[in-house]
This record gives sequence, C-alpha cells and structure tokens, in this order.
Amino acid sequence: MLTFEYFLQQLVTGLANGMLITLVAIGYTLVYGIVEMINFAHGDVFMLGAFSSVTTLQALGAQAVKRVANKDQPPIPETYLWLVIALITSMVFCATLNVLIERLAYRRLRRGSRMAPLISAIGVSFILQNFGIYWKGVSPVNFPRYIPQIDLVKAFGIDSFVRVTTKDVFVFVVTVPLVIALTLFIQRTKLGKAMRATAQDRDAAQLMGIDINRTIALTFLLGGALAGAAGLVSGLYNNTAGFQMGFSYGLNSFTAAVLGGIGNLNGAMLGGVFIGILAAMSDGYLDARWTPVVIFGTLNLVLIIRPSGILGQDLAERA
Amino acid sequence: MDKIAPKSRRTLLKTATAVAGAVAGTSLPALASAAPAAQGAEVIKIVSSLPLTGPSYGQSISVVNAIRMAIEEAGRKSGNFIIEYEALDDATAAAAKWMAEKEAENANKALNDPDTMVYIGTMNSGAAKVSIPILNQANLVMISPANTYPGLTKPGKGEANEPDVYYPSGTRNYTRVVPADDLQGAVGANWAKKLGAKTAYVIDDTELYGKGIADVFVATAEKIGIKLVGRSGIDGKASDYRAVATNVRALKPDAVYFGGITDNNAAKVLKDLRDGGFDGSFIGPDGIFDTTFLKTAGDAAEGAYCTFGGVAVSSYEGSAKEFAEKYKAAYHADPEAYAIYGYEAAKVALAAIAAAGVKDRTKIRDAVFATKDFKGILGTWGFDANGDTSVTTMSVSIAARLADGTLSWEKVEILTAG
Repeated sequence: MLTFEYFLQQLVTGLANGMLITLVAIGYTLVYGIVEMINFAHGDVFMLGAFSSVTTLQALGAQAVKRVANKDQPPIPETYLWLVIALITSMVFCATLNVLIERLAYRRLRRGSRMAPLISAIGVSFILQNFGIYWKGVSPVNFPRYIPQIDLVKAFGIDSFVRVTTKDVFVFVVTVPLVIALTLFIQRTKLGKAMRATAQDRDAAQLMGIDINRTIALTFLLGGALAGAAGLVSGLYNNTAGFQMGFSYGLNSFTAAVLGGIGNLNGAMLGGVFIGILAAMSDGYLDARWTPVVIFGTLNLVLIIRPSGILGQDLAERA
Repeated sequence: MDKIAPKSRRTLLKTATAVAGAVAGTSLPALASAAPAAQGAEVIKIVSSLPLTGPSYGQSISVVNAIRMAIEEAGRKSGNFIIEYEALDDATAAAAKWMAEKEAENANKALNDPDTMVYIGTMNSGAAKVSIPILNQANLVMISPANTYPGLTKPGKGEANEPDVYYPSGTRNYTRVVPADDLQGAVGANWAKKLGAKTAYVIDDTELYGKGIADVFVATAEKIGIKLVGRSGIDGKASDYRAVATNVRALKPDAVYFGGITDNNAAKVLKDLRDGGFDGSFIGPDGIFDTTFLKTAGDAAEGAYCTFGGVAVSSYEGSAKEFAEKYKAAYHADPEAYAIYGYEAAKVALAAIAAAGVKDRTKIRDAVFATKDFKGILGTWGFDANGDTSVTTMSVSIAARLADGTLSWEKVEILTAG
C-alpha cells in the first residue's frame, strides 16, 4: 500500500483539511498579534458558523445532491446562489458575533491582568458551546450533501487511484481567495496598516491618531468572518456538524497557529497546511488513533527547538 | 418514525440540568417517581445509571421509560416494600457520552444510600468496568440492560485477569439480561460470510466494548475463512476519517466491520467510507442500533447491517408486541431497541425483592442470581452462575428506507447463537 499514488491521495486530503485549519488558525493569530490573548472561544464561533450555514441552507429550501446509479448528479443551478447566500450569512453572523464577544467580554479587561481576558475567553467558549447545544442538540447534525462528489481525475479520463473530487476543489475555491484577500487587506489598505501599527505598538499608534478600539474590533470582525466561512466549508466538506467540532478543530487550529509562530499570518497558513498534511499522513501510514500524539508531539518538539514557532511571532513585521 | 424529535424540548432541559450538574460537580437530580406515602411500609430504591446526555439520550431515555413502566405496572410495590426509582445520568454534556468519573460518582451515590438495593446499569461496558468493583464491596446487585462485553462475566473471553479483577470481594454481584458479544461478534462474522464476503476490514473505536467485539469478529472471521485485510482504531472526536476510507479503497474489502458506538462518530465513519467509494457491506454491532445513527448518517446509512442480541422492535411478537404497544400509548413513541431489556431488568429486580422478602443487599443479590425459569417478556430464561442470561436469540437488521422516506432498522433474520 506504500505506493506513490496512495501518498498523493493522503496529500490531497491533508491539503484540503489544512486549508480549513488555516482559516480558523488565522482568527487565533490575528487576535493574538493585536491584543496578545488567546481567544479560546474562536473555535466555537466556527462551530456556530457551521450551524448557521445548515440552518440558512435549509431555510432557503436548498436541495441536497441526488444520487443516481451510485453517482452524484450535478446540482441544480440555484444551488450556487444558495451557497453564496449561506456563505455571506455565515460570515456576517460570525463576524458580528466575534465583534460582540470582544465588546462584551474582552474590551473592559484589556488593561487588566493578562489572565483576565483569557479566563473570560474560556467562559465565552462554554457559553457558545451551550448555545450550540440549545440550537441543534447534543447529537451530531447531518449536514446534507449540497456539493456533489465527482471525481475530477476520472472526469479528465485519467485512470488513477488518486481522486480529487469536486468537494476537495470546493474547499480550495473558497479558502484560497479568502486568505489572499485578507493578506492584501492587511498589507495594502489603510485599515490594514492601522492593524499592523496597533500590533507593533498600541500606544504609539494611538498617539498617531489610530482608533484602537475600532482597529481591535476590526480584527475580531475579520477573524470571525473567516471562521464563518470555514464553518460553511467544513459542513459541506464533512457533511456533519456538532457542538464539539469547535473544540476539536479549534485545538488543531490553535496548534497550527502556535506551530507557525502565533501572531504571524504566514505562520498560521504554514502551520495550518502542515498540521493538515501531518494528520493525513499519520492517519494513513500509522493509525488514526496515534494522530493526536503525532500532532502534539510535533508541537512540543518545535516549541523546544524554536519557542517562537517556525516563522517567529511578529504580525507587524512579517505580515 | 421520528422517535427522538418529540422529546427535543426535554432533551434541552435535561442537557441544561446536566451542564449545571457537571459544572457544579453534582449529579443529575430527581427523576425519581414520587412514591405514595404509605404508613409503615419500608422503601426500597432502584436506581439506574445510563447516559442521558448526548447521542445516547434517545436509547437511554427509552430504557428509563421502560423501567418506570415496569415499576408503575407493579403499583410501585414489591412484596411489602414501596419501590422508588431514580434515573442517574452517567454522561456529561462536555463529553456528550459516558464518563468514568460520572459513573463512579453514581455508583458511590447508590452505595451510600441505605435505601438503594438494586442498580440497573450500565449502557456501556466501559462504564460497567468502573461501577462493578465499587458496588461489589457492598454486595449491591447490578442488572445491566445493555452491556455486552464478554470479559465482564466470562472467564477466558477477555483479558487474562478478567472477570475476577472486577469482583474484589470474590462474590459476583453483576448480571445482564442481554447476550454477550462472544455471541454477537460471531454472528457479525457469520453474517459477513453469508453476504458472500471473502475479505474484511475492521475499524474499532478503541473502547472496551468496541475493540472487544471487533476482536471477536476478527477471531471468528479467520476461523470461517474471511481474510482480514486491514484494521484501524479511530479517535471518536476526529473531524473526518478520509484516511481510513482511503485505506479501505486501496484494499477493496468485501465488507467493513465497525466495532463501536454511535457516540464515537460511527455515522461519520460510514459517510466517509461511502464518500470514499466503498460500496461493499457495512456491518456494525448493537452499539449503532439506534435512530441517532440513522439520522446522522443520512443517505449513507441505507443498506448498513447491524447485529443485536434480541430482535428489532419492528418484529416483536406476543408479549413483546404488547409491551411495545403499551409503551407507545404511554410515551407517544416507539421503544428503542434496549427498552425491552430495561423493562425485563426492572421485572427481575422486582421479583427478586419480593422473593428476598427483606431489605438486605446480600439477600436481594442472591435472589437476583437465583433467577431461573423466569417467565418474562423475553421468554422463559434464567441467569447462570456468571450472571449471564440463558437467552441466545440474535438478529440482524438492515437500515432500510420506509415508504415515508425515513430510515429505519428492519429485521433481516433472527438467529439463535449456540
């Protein structure tokens, strides 16, 4: 089974998962870069994004993919519109939620001890999880198949063990542009400049006339929007959502952010893709039960050798 | 057959209570039936410990309802005693499944309550492993409506030190009204053979029950000429199982056997297998024999097989059918697969309390173990010295789409394992 094609297949799975992890990891890293706190509630915002997506899609009356003769049929054209609406709804919902969380649970604690917002974040995480339970119940929710699974490799007439399906491609189609847009926003726009300045030296930025509260709120807004997008994509990709998904994805994403260098945007991307691939390889070549050991073992190793992560910690300098 | 939905409001309430309980470090309060305050008569309490939070809720609440039904039918009395019942929850919202700490807490609570004489539980074999030794010291009898791991009672079927390790006092206190997995795992393998499988891939959830039954499946499969092409243990919290699905696709087994429970992401495993292009037979044990599994797996569930110690609710006959009708009249939903065992466990407990005639844990334990030729809803049966039932009826069900579009476990065949 140790063929090259098998390796490629795990790579495809790893890359797709890695992109999802990246979207969530960016939320951790942006916030850390600016206010130097770990937003433990971030994973749960992502979870609520998935819940809101399934609710929106069902409310719109979107139709799940039909299977004929064991093959997925292409979706009806309206589906694309429903998906775009669900994506926007989920992004707006999570962005608003994240801004509200910052306003209500973190802002007043900003000047206090460093532990205070951290503990507040853990509290918010519990609140969001219980809200998730209230919304969808404790059992995992079936996220219907709105994206057909069609093997593109075969569609191009190549007979290979490797399958790259429309579902895998969908993950990239949504995540890659979002990551590029965010990078451009931070590097090229005035608001992005304000974010970088605030990250570098909050007091100096304030003296230069930057509205700190607004810049920090903007950071939470961006992180939340990406989490919302990730929620939709993960729901469509994995076809399951549950109130615990924020915890498991959150832990992987947080690990990715730390691994790459927390506070560093490129670090979050590198870390996300790295963790995704590492997990897929460990699942494939060892056994799924060892995967958490491999991931967290690697994290330990990196932190011992390079405590500031692979790419170091600075959002301002490197973003 | 939307069995769980009508109770969703109660689920919420219970979840909220459970969360509060978990946070405060206390157990779930009061599901106790208010006992009539008769003068002079002594009170004997029966408690159950089942996962009432998480995907198992539907199955567990059905068992609780059935126990309550049995006690109500007896007029909340047995012999000269007034019977009280309390349903404890051994799951937490944070884990969404049973937790060892919670099960230990429940066992200790029962142990320290002088009125508690019978402990009906647990749902999960791993949980029984925690509570049996605690209750063993107090001679408090356990009757499980659902545990199927053989090593809990049968020497030579589990680890070398099992089952004696669970009984520190040297005397047995644990019984179960369901047939164990040494029968069920074998039935699973025989079924795979009957479906024409020559090769099989085994996935387990690494829990006591899941790994145990998967081991039995593997042993039997090898004996009857099914080749094991691969095996994986999974993390029930992982977000996807695509890598395992890729292995399965590479090895092209005729059948996949899943040893595990719905709470450990069984539905997601099946979805990923089907998405990965596996179109062979999927066979699971009674751990996935519930409606939550069907709902979560959706389309992917269609055609999945499941073995069960007993028969599917849809093929009940005689007194079992009457039970299902009475249950439906009382609770406005069909009973889940294990409800009937909860009912039978409560009946055995009531009979043993009457037979013992005294409020004494040792005497009541002995009376439960003395159950022979018991004319119950499962037929006429008794416990052997290990506390195992003499019932050996097994069945295989298939996830089929009903005329109204919902999925349901439907009987395929009833077998008697020997």
